[in-house]
Amino acid sequence: MIGRILRDVPRRTLVLLACFFAVLAAVPFIAGDYVLTILILILYFAYTGQAWNILMGFTGYLSLGHALFTGLGAYSAASLFVHFGVAPWLGLLAAIPIAMAVAGLMGFLAFRFRVSGVYFAILTIAFAEFARIGFDHFAWVSGSSGLFLPVAQYAHNDLWRLRGNPMMFYYIILVATALAFLISYLLLRSRTGYFWLAIREDEQAARATGIDTFRYKMMAVMISAGMTSFGGVFYAFYYNNLFPEQVFHIARSIEIILAPMVGGIGTLFGPIVGAFVLETASEGLRVILEAFGIDVPGIKQVFWGFVLLAIVIALPEGVWPWIARRLGLKERGP
Amino acid sequence: MTVLLKVEGITKRFRGLVAVDNVSLEVPQGAIYAVIGPNGAGKTTLFNMIAGEFAPNAGTIAFNGERVDGLSPDVICRRGVGRTFQIVKPFPALSVEDNVMVGALLRKPDIGAAREWTRVVLDRLDLFDKRAQRASSLTLPDRKRLEVARAIATEPKLLLLDEVMAGLRPTETDRMVDVFRRLNQNHGVTILLIEHVMRAVMALAQEILVLHHGAAIAKGAPKDVVREKAVIESYLGAEAVH
Repeated sequence: MIGRILRDVPRRTLVLLACFFAVLAAVPFIAGDYVLTILILILYFAYTGQAWNILMGFTGYLSLGHALFTGLGAYSAASLFVHFGVAPWLGLLAAIPIAMAVAGLMGFLAFRFRVSGVYFAILTIAFAEFARIGFDHFAWVSGSSGLFLPVAQYAHNDLWRLRGNPMMFYYIILVATALAFLISYLLLRSRTGYFWLAIREDEQAARATGIDTFRYKMMAVMISAGMTSFGGVFYAFYYNNLFPEQVFHIARSIEIILAPMVGGIGTLFGPIVGAFVLETASEGLRVILEAFGIDVPGIKQVFWGFVLLAIVIALPEGVWPWIARRLGLKERGP
Repeated sequence: MTVLLKVEGITKRFRGLVAVDNVSLEVPQGAIYAVIGPNGAGKTTLFNMIAGEFAPNAGTIAFNGERVDGLSPDVICRRGVGRTFQIVKPFPALSVEDNVMVGALLRKPDIGAAREWTRVVLDRLDLFDKRAQRASSLTLPDRKRLEVARAIATEPKLLLLDEVMAGLRPTETDRMVDVFRRLNQNHGVTILLIEHVMRAVMALAQEILVLHHGAAIAKGAPKDVVREKAVIESYLGAEAVH
């Protein structure tokens, strides 16, 4: 597998990637907790964006309800931890199958009845909203009063139980983002990846080319959901509190899709680049506003709105394809 | 002579309209068979039933000795029927090579093997030099050949061509005719085509079926069919026969 990657990927891309991850791996040695917390947020959105991209970018099905899967992941692992002391890594064994099962149900309903386009997006919103309202009344996870994880001292890191300081969380999400990138790359270059692209491009033609579109769409939505659920587990143990009203809120779903939209939907680097562009820009804006003593609630959302507008107008393909052309890199397929 | 495709008395109704009315045809293994007729005669509907886009209201379709009517398009493709669309449907954002790769991967799950086969197919359809281009940037004749390439890549026993010559200049038509003749003679692909371009039909087909208002009005060898009175009146017009 490694041999194939070394052969298939242009030398320039490999060098760039290695440098990029090397710099990120070195960051905790030079930067403080403030920079780390921002980077954690960036990588979290890069990770979840990469997972979302499998469904939208590769297969062409727009999900506006991916908070459903982060939420299910978060609640599965956190409730097992709170109630039974089950470590999050073991909790993943419940979180991922639960997210995949729900995605399977949603996918079955959608694809069995040929729901696509905007109607599919509405269905994903509906599922996330069901979960939001359902969890509000789900007493075992404390309903709307919220589920709280015991907060540990920052002094010692417990990697197994995910209790510790930002540096530990940073390395976990960094490794996860790198893995998500690798998985997306391998999937895209596989038979499954080609079939997904075919479905995205023209579903009728894909069927006429012998592709069992139902099966491959089910795979896409379930893999995407399973990957996304890990983001939720991470979110739960990083923030230590979960409220259905927040976790499953449509704003969380929209946040997940912003990074790949800005970076370039359907590209491998798009979610990562988009997450960096969005977060550094909004953090920069916050710093500037603070310096001038301006306090406007919701300014971040308004700013993101403008960034999105600007990018949709100026770079409809996203930032990454534009950067890639400048760097002389070519990513196959859009 | 074995029969590859046997259509018996199929009918398709859309609400009150009978689009295809009790049509039968037999395509022998290795043949090139043409379906002609004026616009709205039911040709594409007939095709769509064979390709599995929709099931006939009555009648049967047998491919390779097995009933296939009512099966879905992907299953029919896997049984060995490749098709093109009247309105071309390449995968626009993918490269020419990746378009054909999708077809090749159907029977060659290994990426390397599929890529090799893709190159062979591209070469056969004169698309090898354009393999890195995006499909959306191709000219119409190239896109039409790309669709044929993608269908051929699935290694069909029967190829359904829906007006692949439409909109082509005479020289391009001749080139396409040449491509199909080679596919048929050198690679044993049986071809069933819908065509308006009589120049191509006369050059290729061994047998013709003429549809008019959903019904078969003539059937036989090209030179006989074009002289039948009903065909001339309904479709060709008197000046077409010399």
